[in-house]
Amino acid sequence: MDLAGIIAVQIGYTVASLALISAGLAVIFGMMRVINLAHGEFLMLGAYAVVVSTKAGINFWVSMLVIAPLFVGIVGVIVERFIVRFLYGRMMDTLIATWGLSLLFIGVITTIFGNATESVVSPLGSFEIGEFVESQYRLFIIFLGVLVIAVIFVVLRYSRAGLIARGTMQNADMAAALGISPQHVYTITFGVGAALTGLAGAALAPVTGLLPTMGAAFIAKAFITVIGGGEAIVTGTSSASAFFGTVNQVTTFLWTPVMGDVALLIAAVILLRLLPQGITGRFFRRWL
Amino acid sequence: MALNVNLNAEGLTVGRLSPTLTGPIAAVVIIALVIGILPLVVSDIFILLQLTLFMAYGILAMSLGWVWGYGGIFSFGQAAFYGLGGYTYAVVSINMGGSTTALFAGVAVPAAFALFLGYFMFYGRISTVYVAVITLVVSLIFYKFLGHTAGYEYTIGTAHLGGFNGMPALPPINTPGNPMSIIWPEDMFVITGICLLLVYVGLRFAMHSSFGRAVAAMRENELRAELLGYDTRLYKMAVFGIGGAVAGLAGVLYANWNSYVSPTVFDLGFSAQIIIWVVVGGLGTLVGPLIGAMALGFVTIELGTQQTVDVNLILGVILVVFVLAVPEGVTAQARALYARLMDRVQARA
Repeated sequence: MDLAGIIAVQIGYTVASLALISAGLAVIFGMMRVINLAHGEFLMLGAYAVVVSTKAGINFWVSMLVIAPLFVGIVGVIVERFIVRFLYGRMMDTLIATWGLSLLFIGVITTIFGNATESVVSPLGSFEIGEFVESQYRLFIIFLGVLVIAVIFVVLRYSRAGLIARGTMQNADMAAALGISPQHVYTITFGVGAALTGLAGAALAPVTGLLPTMGAAFIAKAFITVIGGGEAIVTGTSSASAFFGTVNQVTTFLWTPVMGDVALLIAAVILLRLLPQGITGRFFRRWL
Repeated sequence: MALNVNLNAEGLTVGRLSPTLTGPIAAVVIIALVIGILPLVVSDIFILLQLTLFMAYGILAMSLGWVWGYGGIFSFGQAAFYGLGGYTYAVVSINMGGSTTALFAGVAVPAAFALFLGYFMFYGRISTVYVAVITLVVSLIFYKFLGHTAGYEYTIGTAHLGGFNGMPALPPINTPGNPMSIIWPEDMFVITGICLLLVYVGLRFAMHSSFGRAVAAMRENELRAELLGYDTRLYKMAVFGIGGAVAGLAGVLYANWNSYVSPTVFDLGFSAQIIIWVVVGGLGTLVGPLIGAMALGFVTIELGTQQTVDVNLILGVILVVFVLAVPEGVTAQARALYARLMDRVQARA
């Protein structure tokens, strides 16, 4: 019973962290169809923002929930303005340019901080289920994952801004004819996606080792989650996170963490062969 | 794309060699001369070794130039086939002692794997972007899995895979039938160069065969090619398989050069470098990627000797600038310049 409880927490944690690292990409890639290979580096920048601001004496929660998303959001807006903007509709060029960008970010951070592992201390204690001990921070990640997905859903579905964003993505010319500047919408959407990614990086900072190259560990997972999810970004990302997260954690439990990652990647390849349009290409079709 | 211009212009030009042939012939002659003369002139063994590595990189770059620039399949996974070639060579040569079988296995296994993967992707009719992601994921799987093989249960025959420590002390290429006669670095340089030439000529030849023309048609308009009766799935799979074989050959040559392979050959950064070579050199050409690989290989090594600026930073800037400012790569720019010059010369004459 206790074991079941602890496994449930771990699966929930894996699913939630997958959803977190994919949420920003779901906005940028899922909505805007921009392949952002610097996604992993946006996560990395969010994590380093937390390192810098906590070292400067700012409260951990403030730096994680406010400073990191804000900083990475601004970086995102700059990137959109100066690079991505010129490449809309040129998918492969975007892919290569953002890959270059990711190398650039890695280079900059390595130059500033060196190639050493930084760390942030987890601010929460632990709790017990029977004889097992689990960190409370994992519960917080689960909570945050659910919250982020819920907020994206509410904003897209019920707010005016969400309506404008969805409308522009569907038909930019029509949106422009109705007096909305698609360029602004693109910039803001990209910025929001980047900010969400920064938040995810910041939230995961206490549980991962921070290296300039840490982004590479996340990027493939984030992409396959969003692609595995398919067209509907909220339902897709959450269902794909649930599926891949469970596969990963169960295999990790039965075998080793590395084989868990391998199982996740293999599951993704098979899923895409069976459902080339992703999960929401077949199921939950009219969902958001 | 520059290539189309060439295909269209074939047979139309009068008075000088068709541009489709001048370029390749010149390339072959130049490469052959360089390979033939350099070992006689350069006495510094270090430079020859360096060039051998760059030529292996050049072969790898051509494999992506073929798959992506010519077949229109964007593959993040050339590093996977390259690494697979290296590892296969390592395992077989350690088990067999001699290198001849290992060499062929190192080409055949990646080719077979590419065909297998290609079957999954192209018969599933996965879109271009997802092909990119799947090939990326496959490289990652290899990276993770081989990094995980440090335990002694991961031993094939007498070859221990060794996890992140890699497989050291690989037997070098030796003369077929006589494993005792050792091949020296100078000979290795020539062998790698001959492989490079063969790959270049072979791919060139494939491009101008009827198979190659069908592939070009498919790249330009897949639906139209299909309506004309070509099974594009099969063609894509074949293109991908050939690309896998060439990348595997590059991997074999690399493993030989280094006499060591480790999971870093599957590293994402390395996959990125291959793409950078092709983008900088020029998409849609074969010489372009070759030049890109050699020039950037040189730059990377030179940059590695200084400590002030991070190598990644500079590579990143190069990539972004090239995509924004020179999307066709240096070869197309050079060609355009050459064409303009020729026009001016003809106008004056």
